[in-house]
Amino acid sequence: MTAPVAGTPIQSMVLVGIASVIGSFGALFLKTGSAKLNRGLRYLFLNGQLALGVALFVASSLAYVVGLRHGELSVLYPLVSLGYIWALLWAALFLKEPITRNKVYGLLLIVLGIVLIGVGKS
Amino acid sequence: MSSTASPSVVPERKALTRRQSIGLVFICTLLGAAGQIFIKTGATTSATAAPWTTLAGIWANLYAMAINPNLIGGYALYALMTVVFIFALRDEELSVVYPVISLTYVWVAGLSIWLFGETVNLPKILGVLVIVAGVGVLGMGGRK
Repeated sequence: MTAPVAGTPIQSMVLVGIASVIGSFGALFLKTGSAKLNRGLRYLFLNGQLALGVALFVASSLAYVVGLRHGELSVLYPLVSLGYIWALLWAALFLKEPITRNKVYGLLLIVLGIVLIGVGKS
Repeated sequence: MSSTASPSVVPERKALTRRQSIGLVFICTLLGAAGQIFIKTGATTSATAAPWTTLAGIWANLYAMAINPNLIGGYALYALMTVVFIFALRDEELSVVYPVISLTYVWVAGLSIWLFGETVNLPKILGVLVIVAGVGVLGMGGRK
């Protein structure tokens, strides 16, 4: 058994950050896949982009669980909200969704919150 | 396909009120937070000394996670949460429903302090509140 770590190691935070990036690509492919759902639910399982989206969510969960092995949940769980930042970037880059003022303010608040939690970690 | 069939006799579904939809999302936040507690417990208890650098090691790691009751329970709660969330979304706008989800951050912070004895301090409390506000503002992103 490895000795329990009192604080939250940087490696754990990086793993959860990687999980958030993988998960944001999962959301992107679910979105592009869902646009091709007009042929009915029977095709749900034949949709390559939806399958890729789900696979990326599974991969993201794996990275997340490994990241959670050591460290504080009260620090690592809020890091998941990094995913909102990546998702907004991909939505703007690949889907040409508009970046509204609310989205920018929301993201800035999330980043500030993550920084504060990073300061508070033991 | 012929669409000349007799008029449909499927009864009209009664839409949920805004209060009911938000109530469902509130239940989602509780399910999501409980899921996180189980996932954290499962992550700790499923940790193996097996390396990630060999195929056998990777397999041992993945197998330990796949059979861990806490991880299974935690992700089952997530699946349940997703179903409840879809019902909440059916009759209500995403921009109304989604910000409520950020309450999960508050429950997770409270539960990890209570159950795992994690430290409480001002930056952490402020950080969670600022993220909740941020997700709230982001959820209204569609509005100009």
